[in-house]
Amino acid sequence: MSTDTADLSRLATPPTFQSVSTARKAKNLTATVLVGLAFLIAVVPLVWVLYTVVQRGFPVVLNADWWQKSLSGLLSRQTGGGVYHAIYGTLVQGLVCGLISVPIGLFVAVYLVEYGGRSRLSKATTFMVDILTGVPSIVAALFVYSLWITTFGFGRSGFAVSLALVLLMVPVIVRTTEEMLKIVPDELREASYALGIPKWKTIVKIVIPTALSGILTGVMLALARVMGETAPVLVLAAYAPYINYNLFDGPMASLPLLMTSERNNPTEAGFDRIWGAAITLVLIITLFNLLATVISRWLAPKTK
Amino acid sequence: MSDPVVVKPPGGTGPAGAPRGAAANTPAPPPEAPIPPQTEVEPKSPHVRPGDRIFKGLATGSGVFIVALIGAIGVFLLVQAIPSLALDNVNFLFSREWSTGDVGNMRFGILDLFLVTVVSAAFALIIAMPIALGIALFLTQYAPRRLARPFAYVIDLLAAVPSIIFGLWGLFVLGPVLTPIGEWLISSLGFIPLFAKGNVSIALGGTIFTAGIVLAVMILPIITAVSREVFDRTPGPHVEGAIALGATKWEVVRTTVLPFGKAGYVSASMLGLGRALGETIALTIILSATGSSFGWSLFDGGATFASKIALAAPEFNDPRSAGAYIAAGLVLFVLTFVVNAIARSIVAGRKEYE
Repeated sequence: MSTDTADLSRLATPPTFQSVSTARKAKNLTATVLVGLAFLIAVVPLVWVLYTVVQRGFPVVLNADWWQKSLSGLLSRQTGGGVYHAIYGTLVQGLVCGLISVPIGLFVAVYLVEYGGRSRLSKATTFMVDILTGVPSIVAALFVYSLWITTFGFGRSGFAVSLALVLLMVPVIVRTTEEMLKIVPDELREASYALGIPKWKTIVKIVIPTALSGILTGVMLALARVMGETAPVLVLAAYAPYINYNLFDGPMASLPLLMTSERNNPTEAGFDRIWGAAITLVLIITLFNLLATVISRWLAPKTK
Repeated sequence: MSDPVVVKPPGGTGPAGAPRGAAANTPAPPPEAPIPPQTEVEPKSPHVRPGDRIFKGLATGSGVFIVALIGAIGVFLLVQAIPSLALDNVNFLFSREWSTGDVGNMRFGILDLFLVTVVSAAFALIIAMPIALGIALFLTQYAPRRLARPFAYVIDLLAAVPSIIFGLWGLFVLGPVLTPIGEWLISSLGFIPLFAKGNVSIALGGTIFTAGIVLAVMILPIITAVSREVFDRTPGPHVEGAIALGATKWEVVRTTVLPFGKAGYVSASMLGLGRALGETIALTIILSATGSSFGWSLFDGGATFASKIALAAPEFNDPRSAGAYIAAGLVLFVLTFVVNAIARSIVAGRKEYE
């Protein structure tokens, strides 16, 4: 009971946890600030680009004519008219590309996950899908040009554009589908085999439906991506200011092509058309992105 | 699995041909009774259902198709390029000229295209790499868990914006903003060749400087996405060990996350480089055309492989002049192929990233 109070305030042993030195604290703070700053730096151009597009394009697309008319018969300096011909081109070229790409991409992914295993072909395919992901769109366009137009002798058309887009879309679909098929539990496959179901039916009726929501989400995102591609339409399609329903023949407009051709138009009308088309393109892409989200919510496997 | 209580089913030790189910259902035969010969379940040639055969064929065929496709791209471009290369009157690899209008006297070389392509892509990479690293660290280590996903979505949105819109924004909006910065760089650092006065008017903003910054924005999401995935896989015990030793957040990142994710980050940057090398329409819009050759300045104009091809594409009428551009496209294809292959080989075979 006679313990000196001065002794109590002193620790018997040095503290186990040293306090963090100022230098380390400063370094930590600097790193935290820099890392947060990096994120903010990336947000600036995104907001800036979207703001530019909305500010310059929004007044143009408010006009109902924009969605219902084409630019047929209008002089380059005349305002008015619309871009439904280009919207049609963009959507149809994209959808036809999707119709070709989805089966190919799906089968490649099924091969990689269900059949390939660790075979040499499977490794080569994975590598080539990676390479295809990195093929520049202009190279894809040149390939289709030298195959479809020079070698086979067809003319420039919307369908040639779709073919070039297939090259860009297939690897995206393969990647997402592969990821989705991989996370389908093996128990489902084994249960199906145990019931004597053939492998192909197991894949078609069990594996793919389970992964469907993820696959469709990937398809929608891939579609949104290829619809904004400009290089293929520049090489493989000729611009027309009027509607052309025929994918296989004649010049056909699309939103990116309209924007590049109106760049040669220095008038106010040309300016409006460029930014109007830009916001239209952004809206279409947003729509497909939203569709992807909705699909993934709706079709997600129900777990109880 | 090695629990001694588990009794192995007799099928495990039975004759190789015996079906497991049958062996498991019958009690082990007494030693004096011989096992009846089961001739009806002889292992016959496995019967493959036609549906299975067709489906497997389709799937394997698609795999072969992809492999063949890459080969076909190379072969077709080569076949189209060779006749034009034979007509070329200057050295294709080392000439700076590009005139294909007169098919009787075609003079085209890729040196300038190559330099502009590589310099603008490298400039973009130098800007994008540290920022992407910061974003990836922010999203995986620093951001609150609940906000990390929406934040990552914001970065992915950058990838969803079409490149033509980035191009228009770069030329009409960003270019004028960058002009005073460029003028300042030229006047104060002009003695360095990289910041010397370029061969195009800086007031228009159509320089490699503008193009590189726009490219950097465009490749940010791809570098971030891949790095993020790798950083996310840092083994928990490493991180916990560092924390237990009293490391600050930054020290945790420096001693565990960065060493683990370094290869993935380098690979991601190479993928970004590949994307920047092949970017077409944004550069076509931004870069001002110029008659003079590239002088190693960031304020030069010019054309990359892709933008040169895109500019000339609407006038592809003569196969001989088109072939010259296809030859340039082939070089671009080889370049991106090599860069992407290196990127993949850096991470290939690393089990910890699986």
